[in-house]
Amino acid sequence: MQMARMLTPHTYAPSRTLRRFCVVVFAISFGVQAHAQDWVHIESSNGVDRIRIAAAGFKPLSSDPATTGYKHLFDLTLYSDLNSAGIFDLVSQSLAPMSEPGTPAEMAVAQWSAAPASAAMVAFGSLNVIGGNIVVDGWLYDTHNTVDPKVLGQQYSEPASDESTRHIAHEFADEIILRLGGGLPGIAETHIFYVNEQGGNKEIWEMDYDGQEQHQITRLGTITLSPRISPDGNRLAFASLGHDGWNIRVFSMLLGRMVSFPAIGGTNLSPAWSSDGRQIAFSSSRSGDPEIYIGDEAGNNLRRITAYVGPDVSPVWNPRTNSQLAWISGRTGLPQLYIMDSDGTNVQRMTDGGYATSPSWSPNGQFIAFAWDRKYGPGVPGGQDIYVMEVATRKWIQLTHDTGRCDFPSWSPDGRHIVFESGSGKSSDIWTMLADGTGRHKLTTNGTGTMPNWSWR
Amino acid sequence: MNLTTRSFRTFTQLAALAAILGIAGCHHKTAAAPEPAPPQETAAAPTATLSADPLAIDLGQSVVLNWRTENATAVTIDGIGSVNLNGTTNASPSTSTNFHLTATGPGGSTEASVRVTVRIPEVPTAPTAGPADQTDDTLFHQNVQDVFFDYDSSDIRPDAATSIAAAAAFLTAHPSAKVLIGGYCDDRGSAEYNLALGETRANAAKNALVAAGVDASRLRVISYGKEKQFCTDENDACWQQNRRAQFSLDR
Repeated sequence: MQMARMLTPHTYAPSRTLRRFCVVVFAISFGVQAHAQDWVHIESSNGVDRIRIAAAGFKPLSSDPATTGYKHLFDLTLYSDLNSAGIFDLVSQSLAPMSEPGTPAEMAVAQWSAAPASAAMVAFGSLNVIGGNIVVDGWLYDTHNTVDPKVLGQQYSEPASDESTRHIAHEFADEIILRLGGGLPGIAETHIFYVNEQGGNKEIWEMDYDGQEQHQITRLGTITLSPRISPDGNRLAFASLGHDGWNIRVFSMLLGRMVSFPAIGGTNLSPAWSSDGRQIAFSSSRSGDPEIYIGDEAGNNLRRITAYVGPDVSPVWNPRTNSQLAWISGRTGLPQLYIMDSDGTNVQRMTDGGYATSPSWSPNGQFIAFAWDRKYGPGVPGGQDIYVMEVATRKWIQLTHDTGRCDFPSWSPDGRHIVFESGSGKSSDIWTMLADGTGRHKLTTNGTGTMPNWSWR
Repeated sequence: MNLTTRSFRTFTQLAALAAILGIAGCHHKTAAAPEPAPPQETAAAPTATLSADPLAIDLGQSVVLNWRTENATAVTIDGIGSVNLNGTTNASPSTSTNFHLTATGPGGSTEASVRVTVRIPEVPTAPTAGPADQTDDTLFHQNVQDVFFDYDSSDIRPDAATSIAAAAAFLTAHPSAKVLIGGYCDDRGSAEYNLALGETRANAAKNALVAAGVDASRLRVISYGKEKQFCTDENDACWQQNRRAQFSLDR
């Protein structure tokens, strides 16, 4: 409806904003390189572009304890999803009105647009348990449009459980983010795959993007590393240590079991899917030295694309074009970040020293996140942190500081978040943060989580 | 959008399932059925199912046993005893175990079982050997000694070259011995790169042995990167211990 389209005054293109933000950021970092100071604390993006949104508590339509429990879980999850989206200035609980309007008739928009809430958008609705199903009615209102404020009106229904309550909140949050975030889907329904250590073995686990629903996927009873989920979410590739050494192996998420992938000899590591799911790149030492190979999605029709002595490992595709790869090579000594075309030509070195590993290419193709210890050496204490480099200019910015040894960054599909591992000594956990280094919080707590990989959707 | 594609996939899966069930159910009898025999007077035989979740655990973890029976009056599970006719219980076996259930009733008795596998963690040394093998192992390790590397390097140092020469002499004198070469790194640095570096270290040791006259087909290489450590102190001495190519008899 034409009216509805005019009701979203705050739509903007996030890529434009991110680009604008990054121009500011890289201007700062370029200046910093000339000084002795090693890093600058960057404040989160200027408040001008963030939409001020309020999430009202949803009205429970019955007073039994089960419904009340689900209502609290729903409110908590919705609030958390909107808060971590990276595009909102969420009205805090202390400034929001106490009312819980359950229908448009009960919504008094003036309450929410007035100070201290001063919300431009408000999400509200009701929650009920009917016949064993949770039923949620949710609305999103534009407080400045008095004629026709409705931006969204949705109903959700799922068999009642904590997991489905969270799922409905995630769906509603994603709908809001899609509508207000310039057309980029939200990440509230995405997942993170990671390595979990138990009793001397390492298996692949999966969790929701917010750390909920952690559960085990592989049961191979050995060391299994480098999980990489396929773009369609159906296949999970990883490197696993068998009796004959390391092989790339694939688990079918649809069938719930391992499926075949050729074992080609040598030590095979770090698989990486192209963003169309048609090709896999990985490192193999079948020729006697670890080199980068590319094959089709079944692991056939392999071709080798590097040919230098020295370890070549951790390839990752430019997901925007699938015609470039970044990878780590020790051909000159300490591992450095390189990029090349997918036929192995046009090799360019990106880092100028230190110890660089674990690249992840951003969804818009413009940035590479990686782990870097710029002062690596015998006897010299060096800190390994997450950095983001702009591919076109090689200008970089350091995202983590003084939080332990950080590694294995992985971009979210909306390009606004990065998940990574951080730890000290034997202990390591999975953390998430916004792509500017702010909003950092822990997702796992056992001290046994490493090598996270964000799903594509 | 996420919701649409997931709903669509669920819908097609349900539709496929419905089609399969529909086909299985579409079985019309065209011939006239014979007269049914008069009903029997005996009781129905008991049925039982027993399941475990998960089916494989690490030593120290527990599984949930779940059983259902029909037409039974007494149910026992070996190692647990008498149990309810339907129920669940936890178990923490210390070794791989076949759980065996017996259900008895007026109609007879029946059994059900499920196997739970218990994984015992491995240690990063050569496989356990019998008495005769132990002499072989001792002799082997006296003469074929691990070689050590500088940080971030897979070059064979002078001290490593000496060890390689001695090892090659022993292996030439014992032509039936096959060798597994493990490549290791210290725990600084990144898991993926260290696996590749460990690989180049093991390969460097292998190539050095081949250059000294040992047949390549007797040598097998596995990289462990920083996944299995010989010591865990955060100091130069321990880091040097971990930067090695380890030789063991390959059985």
